Amino acid sequence: MRTISTHGVRTRVLAVVATSLALVGAAACDRSSSTGTSPSQNAGAKDVTLTITSNSIAGGKNADEADWYAKYVIPTFTKQQKAKGVNVTVTFQPSGVDDEQYKTKVALDLKSRAGADIMALDGIWVGEFAQAGYLKPLTDVAGPSVTSWEGWSQIPKAVQANASFEDKTYGIPAGTDGRVLYFNKKLFAQAGLPADWQPKSWQDIIDAGMKLKAISGVNPIQINAGTAMGEATTMQGVLPLLVGAGSEIYSGGKWQGDTKAVRDVLTFYKTLLDQGLENKNFQQAAKGRDQSFAAFAAGKVGILLEGDYFWRSVINPDNGDAPMASRNSDVGWAFIPAREPGSGVGGSNDVSMSGGGGYFLNPNTKYPQQAWELLQFIGSPDAINALLHGSAKITARQDVNEKVLSSDPFLSFVSQKVLPVTHYRPGLAVYPQVSQALQQATADIVSGKSVDEAAKAYGAAVEKAVGGADKVSSS
Amino acid sequence: MTVTSVDAAGLGRRRAMGLVTPALLLVTAFLVVPAVWTVYLGMTDYRLTGIQAANPQFVGLDNYRAALADPDFRNSLWLTLLFVLGSAVVGQTVAGFALAWTLRGVPRLVRGVVETLVLLAWILPSSIVAFLWVAYLSGDGGTLNALLHTTGTDWLLEHPMASIIVFNTWRGTAFSMLLFSAALGAVPPSQLESARLAGAGTFAQLRDVVLPHIRGHVLTNTLLISLWTFNDFSPYLLTAGGPNHASETLPVFIYNKALYGGQLGYGSAISFIMLVINLVIALFYVRLLRERR
Repeated sequence: MRTISTHGVRTRVLAVVATSLALVGAAACDRSSSTGTSPSQNAGAKDVTLTITSNSIAGGKNADEADWYAKYVIPTFTKQQKAKGVNVTVTFQPSGVDDEQYKTKVALDLKSRAGADIMALDGIWVGEFAQAGYLKPLTDVAGPSVTSWEGWSQIPKAVQANASFEDKTYGIPAGTDGRVLYFNKKLFAQAGLPADWQPKSWQDIIDAGMKLKAISGVNPIQINAGTAMGEATTMQGVLPLLVGAGSEIYSGGKWQGDTKAVRDVLTFYKTLLDQGLENKNFQQAAKGRDQSFAAFAAGKVGILLEGDYFWRSVINPDNGDAPMASRNSDVGWAFIPAREPGSGVGGSNDVSMSGGGGYFLNPNTKYPQQAWELLQFIGSPDAINALLHGSAKITARQDVNEKVLSSDPFLSFVSQKVLPVTHYRPGLAVYPQVSQALQQATADIVSGKSVDEAAKAYGAAVEKAVGGADKVSSS
Repeated sequence: MTVTSVDAAGLGRRRAMGLVTPALLLVTAFLVVPAVWTVYLGMTDYRLTGIQAANPQFVGLDNYRAALADPDFRNSLWLTLLFVLGSAVVGQTVAGFALAWTLRGVPRLVRGVVETLVLLAWILPSSIVAFLWVAYLSGDGGTLNALLHTTGTDWLLEHPMASIIVFNTWRGTAFSMLLFSAALGAVPPSQLESARLAGAGTFAQLRDVVLPHIRGHVLTNTLLISLWTFNDFSPYLLTAGGPNHASETLPVFIYNKALYGGQLGYGSAISFIMLVINLVIALFYVRLLRERR
């Protein structure tokens, strides 16, 4: 029988653990024994195979992106390379799961030195992936020439941060987004609320919810809570509320612990739940977020806090996950208000949170140069325009944004009004653990615990995650 | 006692060693090494991502201490116990035996149909079965609500443990049914006949004639299904351990901590605790089996 090196054993053990635990077999097998590639490896190859992965799938999650790979990126890039005498076979590995599951899958792929050559990742994962050695700066993977790519000058610094960690660039950013309150104008009309609704405080949201509650079969408000929604609870729930209560989750070297702002946010959640304004089941069910989307599309949710992704990819009447035929006429949008006028971070009245992902090179790629070429192609104006095909999205590139955004009133609202008041998550590797503690705190509220209990448990969890009480503020 | 004194096969020490070596190597590679590796990982702060993924630090018994102090872990241990008792020891054993017992006397066709249905529940892939059950128990137009006229009851949220216990009973009964069918075939009909003639009721027959014959089968069956159920991950597909940890059995707890939460070191420590519990359960049953002889 074959002798087994320590490394082989380690990978195999991980494989056994992963498959036995993950059931769906999270692909943790060691495919390549090399310990890293040099930028010039296989640079002159004539037969090249490349793989792209992203959390998108035809007919499902982010279908427009999946279709774009299959119908535009792959055929066009293959043709371009053919003209240069290179035979490229590009395959797309789809996924249609929750972001956390996708992240786990990619982390296991990278851990076992396997995985797709180009990966679409959320910018907030870059820090922990880079620290683990799973991702390497672009200059390490594809060589110093990557800095001369024409696209860098088109991408604003704030957006470049979505693909960077500690001043090093790991990938090409895909764009940014902003969060707003969506509301159903039909239900608003029934409840006697204005079609140009703009709440000025959390109390305004509650008041509107109380009126919507009178309509039977309607979930008045959906602001994500609980652990099942993962990061969606943090980004579309706790963090926008927290900045509205006057505190960023991390500032001045300290994380928010059991503070007044955190307790304010939890109290707001508790009020929503106690008043029956928020459907508990959506926050607790394993697929609750999808259920809430479907309910909104069916006209059964009054107010919902989401990113522009919701408008573009979820209730999009053409190819959304939960298409809403009457989207353009029935759905209104408003700023997320601070707790009270002026109580937001920096004295602001309206707040938002932004993030964004990017495309990253796998450091274990066998064809670093060709993968970088494909990455540049994905970030080119032509490719981005093809992804938009007439619709609009806040892309990473200003040259593209200038042309496309003016055609869509909603997205111009996000880019011109929301982005100036927005906040970003801290690009620190420990952030996802703090985020999980926040999710757990809201889950505690949903399951009936008091604000004090939930806030106290949260404070303890944060201290443990970030390594000490001196890094946590608690007043 | 020396080896040669019981060398019934007449192989001699050398050839006997040669015979067992491949098996021992396999056991070492796939059981001992992973177990030892789990013990080692359990004493580090190893994570799936971040700095501790590249440079895990040795933390001694911290993970074990943290686990014992972790209310979520104790909750999970308790839920696992409920799950094993409810769905395996009681659910599958009783349902399996009841099916095997009643199916003895029914027409061949009925028996075939019932057995096929029960077997289907066992052999269908977990993902498909989970999908069917999510649809069955859904609060939004689920089949069970339609049957019971309980519109809007989300069973997986309101009764998560009961749901996964009933689910696992349904899912795993086939094994017990098959094993008990075979075992009941070995009970001499003449003894049952005599018992009946002596006026013994069904319960008395079961207790005094059937049980002594199948006691070993009952123990083997209980051992196997307890261990399988203890390690079963399928509940994750129904509830993902939720709502708020209300159905988070140990395998699900480990998955949530180790892979979803990225705490591989902590997850390994709990995996090792699970391994020890598995061994204890196995030893307990093996003891019982020995006593029988």
